Amino acid sequence: MYDFQYHRPTSLDEASRMLSGAEEASFIAGGQTLLQTLRQRLAQPSDVVDLGGIAELRGISREGDNVVIGAMSRHNEVAGSADVAGAIPALATLAGGIGDAQVRNMGTIGGSIANNDPAADYPAGLLGLGATVVTNNREIPADDFFVDMFETALEPGEIIRSVRFPVPQRAGYVKFDQPASRYALVGVMVSQGAGGVRVAVTGAGPSVFRVSEMEDALGRDFSADAIAGIRIPSDGLNADIHGSPEYRAHLVTVIAQRAVNAALQAH
Amino acid sequence: MKVSMTVNGKAASADVEPRTLLVEYLRDHLELTGTHVGCDTGQCGACTVHLDGRAVKACSVLAGQAEGAEVTTIEGLANGSEELHPMQAAFREYHGLQCGFCTPGMVMAAVDLVKTHPGASDETIREQLEGNICRCTGYENIVRAVKAGAASMGGQ
Repeated sequence: MYDFQYHRPTSLDEASRMLSGAEEASFIAGGQTLLQTLRQRLAQPSDVVDLGGIAELRGISREGDNVVIGAMSRHNEVAGSADVAGAIPALATLAGGIGDAQVRNMGTIGGSIANNDPAADYPAGLLGLGATVVTNNREIPADDFFVDMFETALEPGEIIRSVRFPVPQRAGYVKFDQPASRYALVGVMVSQGAGGVRVAVTGAGPSVFRVSEMEDALGRDFSADAIAGIRIPSDGLNADIHGSPEYRAHLVTVIAQRAVNAALQAH
Repeated sequence: MKVSMTVNGKAASADVEPRTLLVEYLRDHLELTGTHVGCDTGQCGACTVHLDGRAVKACSVLAGQAEGAEVTTIEGLANGSEELHPMQAAFREYHGLQCGFCTPGMVMAAVDLVKTHPGASDETIREQLEGNICRCTGYENIVRAVKAGAASMGGQ
């Protein structure tokens, strides 16, 4: 790992100032992706600004029809939160299935979504539940947040404060994981709520995406059978040693059906 | 830069480069070499320690991120006593090791597992130990040891 200047601000304003005052700075949240990237010398920031000392980024609460999760909430905190389990059990399932226990004790929701790994779980959680990302200067709907592989709508220096999830009537998350990394080969979040039905897929493409044909079918009939015949095109899907685009396209239909069944069982 | 934290109940501080990992701080600066470095890529869990009571991979945490925290390593698990911690004793009794390299990380992960999943089934133990790799593949006895250790810890 190349050396860098390390900063540990205690407020958002201080963090923003430190980042803009540096030559090429990077925020670190839990660091479970960033530190491995730095150790492989795939990045060389001049400065690393640690968000771990900012109290206002912590905490999970139920606020009316929403669950609000602070950006520095660890995956295990989300998985173990009574507020999350009571309102959106699918989200607790998702958080409890990320990486392994040690990674879940450090990794954060803010870090995960800012990184936007194409096979990460949280992007499907946010997009499939119609969440809103709250930053230090604006609110960004999940539909606009995830732009492309490892790319989000965040501006340089912009910091995620929290994520606001509307409580759905029902939701289910199922992933088919790659057993060594436990990243999603395909993961699907399905929800039904005030905003209608949402189906979001991670792992299959360069970035998380929705499947409108499945959403329409589930809007008419919320059952696994309703989407059994819907195939998504394999064009542009991810190809690696773990699976071909055609395999991933096939998995989307299979896993989406399981997610629908999970939603029906949970509610 | 200076980092200060509580390690195994004692205040510890040192001047380190900002890029220093928690595992390097523990091993190279505090000479606590019971925390092992296995894969060096965040996968194997041999370097597992407790950071404010929760199991983390010390190769995937900067020393600076642990500023002000309570850190427990395998050396501190028995709390200064001559007797082994119940989980350590269970690993010895059930032979939950072959070469022993992964053992410190396995024990530290297992102690956290007992706290978060009291009364865990074999299946849950295996799931919760996904972040710890035994290249001798001695998992059968490790799971037995964790179950026995959990019972003697009384869910604590």
